[in-house]
Amino acid sequence: MSRIRKQSEYEKTFAFRFFRWLGGEKDAFVGNMEMQPQKEYVEEEATIEERMKDRKQVIAEAYDDSHNMELRFFNVLYKIFSIVFCVALVFVLILTVSHLPAVGDPDRPTSNIVSETYITDGLKDTGAVNIVTGMILSYRAFDTFGETNVLFIATCCVMILLMIDEDEIKKNKESNDRGFEPKNDVILQVVARFLVPVIFLFGIYIILNGHISPGGGFSGGAMIGAGLILYVAAFGFEKTEKFFNEHVYKVVKVTALLCYGCIVTYYFLTGANGLECLIPLGEAGKILSGGITLPINIFVGSEVACTMYAFYALFRRGGL
Amino acid sequence: MDIIRNFPCLSILLSMFTAIICSALKGKGARRLSTLVVGIVGILSAATLFFTMTTGEHYVYVMGHFPAPFGNEIRFGCLEAGMALFFCVIMLLSLFGGRHKIQMEIDLHKENLYYIMVDLLLSSLLALVYTNDIFTAYVFVEINTIAACGLIMITEHGRTIEAATRYMIMSLLGSGLFLIGICLLYDMTGHLLMSNIHESIQAIVADGTYTIPVLVTIALIVVGIAIKSALFPFHAWLPDAYGYSTVSSAAMLSSLVSKGYIFLLIKLIYRVIGFDIFLESKIINVLFVFGLAGMIMGSVNAIKENDIRRMISYSSVAQIGYIYMGFGLGTSAGVVASVFHILSHAATKSLLFVAGVGLTDVSGGHKNFEKLTGAAYRNKMAGVAFTVGSLSMVGIPVFAGFVSKLLFAQAAVQNHSKLLPTLIVLAISTVLNAIYFMKTVIRIYTPVHSKYASVSVKENPVYAVTLICFIVLNIVLGMCSEPITDWIIKGLSLFA
Repeated sequence: MSRIRKQSEYEKTFAFRFFRWLGGEKDAFVGNMEMQPQKEYVEEEATIEERMKDRKQVIAEAYDDSHNMELRFFNVLYKIFSIVFCVALVFVLILTVSHLPAVGDPDRPTSNIVSETYITDGLKDTGAVNIVTGMILSYRAFDTFGETNVLFIATCCVMILLMIDEDEIKKNKESNDRGFEPKNDVILQVVARFLVPVIFLFGIYIILNGHISPGGGFSGGAMIGAGLILYVAAFGFEKTEKFFNEHVYKVVKVTALLCYGCIVTYYFLTGANGLECLIPLGEAGKILSGGITLPINIFVGSEVACTMYAFYALFRRGGL
Repeated sequence: MDIIRNFPCLSILLSMFTAIICSALKGKGARRLSTLVVGIVGILSAATLFFTMTTGEHYVYVMGHFPAPFGNEIRFGCLEAGMALFFCVIMLLSLFGGRHKIQMEIDLHKENLYYIMVDLLLSSLLALVYTNDIFTAYVFVEINTIAACGLIMITEHGRTIEAATRYMIMSLLGSGLFLIGICLLYDMTGHLLMSNIHESIQAIVADGTYTIPVLVTIALIVVGIAIKSALFPFHAWLPDAYGYSTVSSAAMLSSLVSKGYIFLLIKLIYRVIGFDIFLESKIINVLFVFGLAGMIMGSVNAIKENDIRRMISYSSVAQIGYIYMGFGLGTSAGVVASVFHILSHAATKSLLFVAGVGLTDVSGGHKNFEKLTGAAYRNKMAGVAFTVGSLSMVGIPVFAGFVSKLLFAQAAVQNHSKLLPTLIVLAISTVLNAIYFMKTVIRIYTPVHSKYASVSVKENPVYAVTLICFIVLNIVLGMCSEPITDWIIKGLSLFA
């Protein structure tokens, strides 16, 4: 492309200056106009205070029920709707229940072959006199293993929320350990000295006899956990740590869950592949009987005891 | 080949074992072990998928020594195995994509707890996918809920704890309704095993004895799961939970947790209630209406957002609406479209979350759009990946989102009474999607010269490779839609 005008002539035109400005080569205002860079905005203390006061006032007015009609209307409406909704839900559920088969009716759908088999063949199949334990630990072993994992993951979640650094526990030892409780309460200590061994023994009894009499791992474990909590409450963490600290807790918990998992896996794999389970059922009514129910009860019991104690310790001082 | 039958059971137990072992490990060991196990479970699921595809049948696996109505059992066909494989892939990619953020945001001595949550989440997802017993489903729904709470609140600041509390309250409400539904079902049928309940329910409906309880049960179960998977009016917990948690958690929550529940709902519809009975109940219209409302409202809220993470989260509400709208259409083609949308949304949404974190990292950690201007020039890979994700969400051909929208439209044609609203809302929703996603893409590709040029981010090859894998997954879903829909149809036919 050839230019009609000469370069020097072109430079005088408006178009030349415009395109130069557009391309950012030269700003027409620079030099022709007094320009100052914008000052950085620094807020004075008085303005900050005023702003905060305004903000507070706005919030106070926005949430002021007595003057804010809209909010008051919403609050009333919210209450009415929630009550109506709850009543409606209750009504629907009651109506539903009234249409269900009557309680105690021998022809209920729930009294079918499944429950019958549990009652008639339960002892023969699982070797556990306590049918309930036999049912949850043998027939429905997978559900119960899942349920034990619920406890495990619940402890982990509480740990996420409440666990603090070990150094911090040591630093705040006094205040955390004995916050608002009486220190070395004699009455509590004397009672605990008598009660704790009994509670432990009773818990162990319930766990070991879970397949023979009412009870089992979950209830027995909760008792042992309660005993541990009583001991900590009476004697403090320092004495408890001599036999139950974080290390012991981890070992017991991981061993219990792993052993439980191994037994269950063995049981599933043999069952599904048509192999025989080599764990003997034993003679009904003896302590050493019940096939897999006895070891599982023991492991579930130790897991539950650990969980109970861990909840208490985490809530009290943020660590085990 | 018979040994493959053990794989589903083994993969559930393996992930549980990993969680237990992780509680005794330090953070780094737990991370390696968990990543390895997610990979192994993926391989096991792939083998199961191959096995079920070649035989074309479904299998029942007795968990223990006692067969069906007495003991527990799991059941797997090609759809279940494929879902398990897909969940493993997404979980692995999410973990890799957010690994640097996990190390940065999580307290060092709590890192192993994060991986415990991840492992148990995986095991519960697998169990939800494979289960053939509604009480087992409930137990693992519990584990799933607690694990999701842990994943949200592991980055300990006020926002996540508030979000976790909200999530827990809403989610437990859902679990409660689901549990009441299970109790009613047990009272009416006397069974917990899915196939037995299905038989009894059919007999009950044929007799006409318990009409009201059956209707209420269906409503309770569906509403319970809808609350847990954040269908429109119950989505209030969602933006905070996805927006403030660490990026791996957000990706897993949006693409795995809610999808696991929806898959469970599909299973319940087909295997417990029965598709015909579900069709006759009025619940299906409720799902349809709320699905449509969610499609619009989620997008409208996303347009209002000024925070990229919360915008992506609100987009999830819209996409969940699509899935429920597919159920609401009441044709089997609608369910196929929904299942495909589960896949495409899971792949796309986790991609968007992971790419989004790369963009915010180069913008000084700010999540609002003003600061994100030009972020794609600072982190090129994340920019490309975000663009791919956005295009897929809007529904541009070649990407996964297009196929699911096409399937939804095709399914709508089969149902004359619902054709018009579906197509109109699909069109509106697509336009709304385009508004907020294209706005973001334009924003991140708007150049800025001075302000953030100095922000240098260390090259992270793992992150880049993860994004490439996500993009490939997205394109595979978009391009190979035919074998995938065939697989879904085959899997659903095995359900009935």
